Amino acid sequence: MRISTSLRHLREGSKSLIRNGWMTFASVSAISISLFILGIFLLLTLNVNYLADQIESQVEIRVYLEVNTPQSQIDTLQSTIAAIPEVSKVEFVSKEEGLKFLREKLGESGKSLLEGFEGDNNPLNDSFTVEVTDPHQVAVAAGKISALNDGKDTKPIYKVNYGQGTVETLFKITHVIRNVGLVLVACLALTAMFLISNTIKLTIHAREREISIMKLVGATNGFIRWPFFVEGVLLGVIGSVIPVVLLLYGYRELTGASQVELSLLMMKMKPFDEVSQIVSTLLISIGIVIGVWGTIISVRKFLRV
Amino acid sequence: MIEMQDLWKTYKNGSDALRGINVKIDRNEFVYIVGPSGAGKSSFMKLIYREERPTKGHIFVNGFNLEKLKQRKIPYLRRVIGVIFQDFRLLPRLTVYENIAFAMEVIEAPKRQIRKRTLEVLEQVRLKDKADSLPSQLSGGEQQRVAIARAIVNSPAVIVADEPTGNLDPETSWGIMKLMEEINFRGTTIVMATHNRDIVNTMRKRVIAIEKGQIVRDEARGEYGYED
Repeated sequence: MRISTSLRHLREGSKSLIRNGWMTFASVSAISISLFILGIFLLLTLNVNYLADQIESQVEIRVYLEVNTPQSQIDTLQSTIAAIPEVSKVEFVSKEEGLKFLREKLGESGKSLLEGFEGDNNPLNDSFTVEVTDPHQVAVAAGKISALNDGKDTKPIYKVNYGQGTVETLFKITHVIRNVGLVLVACLALTAMFLISNTIKLTIHAREREISIMKLVGATNGFIRWPFFVEGVLLGVIGSVIPVVLLLYGYRELTGASQVELSLLMMKMKPFDEVSQIVSTLLISIGIVIGVWGTIISVRKFLRV
Repeated sequence: MIEMQDLWKTYKNGSDALRGINVKIDRNEFVYIVGPSGAGKSSFMKLIYREERPTKGHIFVNGFNLEKLKQRKIPYLRRVIGVIFQDFRLLPRLTVYENIAFAMEVIEAPKRQIRKRTLEVLEQVRLKDKADSLPSQLSGGEQQRVAIARAIVNSPAVIVADEPTGNLDPETSWGIMKLMEEINFRGTTIVMATHNRDIVNTMRKRVIAIEKGQIVRDEARGEYGYED
């Protein structure tokens, strides 16, 4: 294609944005509003996932040891557990350390409660804290650890605990939230596409005469399509930049304002930098795709003569 | 230049617009197509510039075999045909100059050539002083001259004109016809459907009369032959 021709397409495409002022306004609003709603759900989904990841990553296995397990056996056990493929980290927590943690956790009020438990009176067991590579594999890992007791005369493991039941429920909930978010985002994207292709159809309808004359004087379909293509891209870009700016501005304000409150709940929102990249890339590309898609669908009908 | 062999056109509703047309129009001819309304004149014209597909038979235009012409090749056929309508079909938002240059832009002619040729054609249709006017500021005859300029700007081999004087008063019509004759004189074949008996009877040319989808008369230097 000649440079002057491509410049013409760019010029014609942008000119028609201005010429069809109200139609442009309608299309851009349709894209903006749809993408804004889409963006809100995207932010929600991103944060719910982020939260789910945080919660899931806190899942760990406690392996309580029998009281009189000799040190040598503890050491071999630790290396055996560490060798399990699903396990990422094994940490030995002696009963003294366990008591210290408990004391810290209970604070002033629990001081009297724990009195007299020092030394040989310590009622706690030695234990391992086991972290797994994938939180979803926690049950498998726990099963494998329990199995280490099998076939031994003096069983070293007293109890394996990973929050059985609770963890499964948690995973079910996060799974549902993730999928619901995905479905919602997909539905909204489709609605937006439909709205936009309709609006563009109208702008093209208004130019049916122009297209028919172009065809009569021998313009190729490609030549006719290009300015509309440019227009579609521009509609998509303008229509998506507006919600991206609004959403990101709002998100930054929100993360700043809610930081203190959320940290009290041991939670935090997904960092702005990560979010801004995902949101802007995704929304702008969706905007462009629907702009172009809407245009191509609508122009095609008029080119069949 | 244009050849039709046993050409039939049946529309989807079952009506036969053309029923076995056989005709040959040579290069540089000037042909009137006459006949009552609904006789098939418009279908005859539309088949030439491939707005309609033939149902049966053969049609050749300037070396193109229209039965075999692929959809994406149609633009190249249209570049050798200039089409003129009764209702001018100008783009209302473009100036006279832009309307004419548009026909060259869409076939991606170089800019300098567009300018040169557009001015040349404006001169030919005697509208140079109206180059920057909008169609709405022109009289009917002037608008039709712009349409003619647009049709000839790409130097087509043939002009297809469907009642070009249909909306114009007699005096203006003569101006248009003079222009058409000039264009024909410069070597362009002209096929013109018309209801204007004065024009046909005064400017004697070949006359093809179509009735009920068939050619009923084909005379060199013929007459209009219908009562108004």
